[in-house]
Amino acid sequence: MTTLGKLVRTTAFKLSVVYLAAFAIFSVLLVVYIGHTTQRMMSEQINETIEAEVKGLGEQYAQGGIRRLIDVVERRGRQPGASLYLVTDYSGDFIAGNIAKLEGSMPRDPEVPIQIVHYLRNATDAQPQEAAVRVFVLPNGFHILIGRDMSEGKRFREVIGSALRITIAVVGVLAVLSWLFVGRRVLRRIDAVSDTGRRIMEGDLSRRLHVTGSGDEIDRLAENVNAMLERIELLMQGLKDVSDNIAHDLKTPLTRLRNRVEAALREEPSVEGYRDALEATIEESDQLIRIFNALLKIARVEAGSPDEGMERVDACEIAREMAELYEPVAEDDGVTFTADICDHAPVEGSRELIAQALANLVDNALKYGLLAMREDDGREKLHIALNVACGGDEVVMTVADNGPGIPEKDHERVLRRFVRLEESRTAPGSGLGLSLVQAVAHLHRGKLELADNAPGLIARLRLPKAG
Amino acid sequence: MSLMRILIIEDDQEAAAYLVKALKEAGHVADHAGDGETGHAMASSADYDVLVVDRMLPRRDGLAVIEALKQEGDQTPILILSALGQVDDRVKGLRAGGDDYLPKPYSFSELLARVEALGRRNRPADAETTFKVGDLELDRLAHSATRAGQPVVLQPREFRLLEYLMKHAGQVVTRTMLLENVWDYHFDPQTNVIDVHISRLRAKIDKGFERPLLHTIRGAGYTIRDDAR
Repeated sequence: MTTLGKLVRTTAFKLSVVYLAAFAIFSVLLVVYIGHTTQRMMSEQINETIEAEVKGLGEQYAQGGIRRLIDVVERRGRQPGASLYLVTDYSGDFIAGNIAKLEGSMPRDPEVPIQIVHYLRNATDAQPQEAAVRVFVLPNGFHILIGRDMSEGKRFREVIGSALRITIAVVGVLAVLSWLFVGRRVLRRIDAVSDTGRRIMEGDLSRRLHVTGSGDEIDRLAENVNAMLERIELLMQGLKDVSDNIAHDLKTPLTRLRNRVEAALREEPSVEGYRDALEATIEESDQLIRIFNALLKIARVEAGSPDEGMERVDACEIAREMAELYEPVAEDDGVTFTADICDHAPVEGSRELIAQALANLVDNALKYGLLAMREDDGREKLHIALNVACGGDEVVMTVADNGPGIPEKDHERVLRRFVRLEESRTAPGSGLGLSLVQAVAHLHRGKLELADNAPGLIARLRLPKAG
Repeated sequence: MSLMRILIIEDDQEAAAYLVKALKEAGHVADHAGDGETGHAMASSADYDVLVVDRMLPRRDGLAVIEALKQEGDQTPILILSALGQVDDRVKGLRAGGDDYLPKPYSFSELLARVEALGRRNRPADAETTFKVGDLELDRLAHSATRAGQPVVLQPREFRLLEYLMKHAGQVVTRTMLLENVWDYHFDPQTNVIDVHISRLRAKIDKGFERPLLHTIRGAGYTIRDDAR
C-alpha cells in the first residue's frame, strides 16, 4: 500500500474532509453575512447623506434663490469626496454641477426616492460610474440632481469577494496540512503498534506497546493491549512452568517406579515378591495420577476465566461443611479443632474449588502439625481454628494452627508449584496444595495470605463478596 | 450381587478388553463396541443393565450417543468415562443424560462399584421408604434408625451416610462415591476423611453387637451387609 493510499484510508483524512467542509461553509456564510450587512449600512448612509443634501440645498434656495443654490453647488462640487450635483433648466440643459454627462436622460420624477444612474464625471472619461441619486424640481422648472458615487461599494464588494476566495484557499491548505500532520502522526503510531504486534506474534512475548503518556485514545488502547499481553505472558509462563514441572517432578517418581519393577524382575521369582512390587507400583502410579490431576487442575484454575462455572455460593455454608468434614479427623488425631463461622457470605464462585482450597489448608495444618508433634514429644497439643469473618465487602476465611509454621522468608516461595520445605519432605505430599489454594483465590479475584501465628501458621483466604 | 449385562463403548481396545475380562471375573456379562455408531446400535437392539460410555469416541461422540439414546426413551443407566475430568466436563456429561461420571485413569474396583450401584437403579430402591439390613432398620421419612429395636442417634450427615450405604446394601461403595453422594463434593481429599466418618458411624451401629454389619473392603471401600443371611 502506498503512503498516500494509507493516508487516504485514515480516520484523520475522513475527519479532515468533514472539518474542511464545515469550516468552508462557515467561512463563506460569515463573509457573505458581513458583506451583505456592510452593503446595507453603506447604502443607508448614502441615502441619509443625499437626504441631508436635499434638505440643505432646499434651504439655500429658500434663502438666496437659484443664484445662491448654484454657488453652493459649484463650491461643494469642487471639494474632495464631494457628493454629485447636477442642476439643469426645465429643458434638461446643463447649468451647474460636477457631473459632465449622464448616461441616458436626466431622471425627472421626483417621486422616486433613490435611483441608480450611470454618469461621467469628466466628458473625457471612458468608463461611466455608478451613482445613487435623487432628483427634485424647483418651482421655476429647474431640476436638481443630488447623488453619491457608488464605486466605493463596488470596490468593497470586490474586497469581500477576494477575502472569500482567500479564506477558502487558506482553510483548504490548513485542512490538508493538518490532515497530513495528524494522519502521519497517527499512522506512525499505529504502524508502531502493528510492528510490535508482529514481533510479539513472532514469539517475543516480553515486548510491550509504547505508551507516550499523553493519555490519548491510542495510549489508552496501548495500555489495555499491554495489560492483555501481560496476562497472556503470565499464562504462557504458567504453561511453561507446568511443562517444566512435569519434566522435573514427574520424571523422578516415574524413574522410581521403573526401578522398582526392574528390581522385582531381577530378584528371585516369587509370588510374594511380585505381588508386593505390583502393589507398590499401583500405589506409586496412583500418586503420580494425583500429582498430574492436581497440576492440571491448577493450570485450569489459573487459566480459567472467572465466569466459567461460577455461581452464587455461600462461603460460610462451604466452610461449615468443611469443618464438619474435618472435625472428626482432627479429633481422632488428638487435635483440637474449632470453627467460628459467620452466618452467611455470598460469593460469586465455585463451591467445589472453595471447598477444596479450605480442605487443602486444613489438611496442611493437620499433616505438618502432626508430623512436628511426632518428632517432638514436648510440643504443645495441636490446635487448628477455621474461622470465617464476613464483615466488610470481603469474606476472610482463616485457617490458623500452632504447628511448626513456615519461616517468613519462605511465605512467597511455598505458594509456587512443587516447592516443599526441607523439614517437611518426610510428610506425604506433592507441594501443590498451596499453589491450588492461591490459584483458587486468584480465580475468585481474591488472594491468599500467609502470616506467622507465633507459633504456627495463619493462612488467610480473602474472597470478595458478591454484590 | 446378581448378574448384569453391561455394554462398554470404548475405542481403546486394550482398555476395553481388560474391562470385559475383569467384569466377567466379577460375575457379569460384558459386550464391547469400538465406536459411537456401533455402540448406539448395540445399545438400542439389546437390553443392557448398564452402559459404560467413553466421552470421546470415533464416528460418533460419546455425549451424542447418550443424548440420542435418552431421546429414544432408553432408560438404561449410563456411566461416562472421561479423560477430561474437570468439574464442568462432569456437569456436561450428566446434563447430556449420563447417570454417573468417572474420570480416567480409574481403578477397576471404583468402576465396578459404580457400575453395580447404577445397576441397582433399575430396581425401585429410590422409592423405598425403609431400608433393612439384618436387624438394622432405617426409616427415611422419620429420619430415624434402629438396631435390634434400639434407637441409634445419628447426626444429619451420619444419617445420609447410612442411608446411602443401606440403599446400596450388599454392594461395595468407594470413598469417592461417598464423598460425591453424601457430601456432594468431587475433589480428592488427601487425608482419609471418609474413613473417620465411617468409623464414627460404625461405632454407633455396630458397637456392642456381636455381628458387625458395616465392613471395610480392602483396596475398594465399604459395604453394609448381614453376613448371616
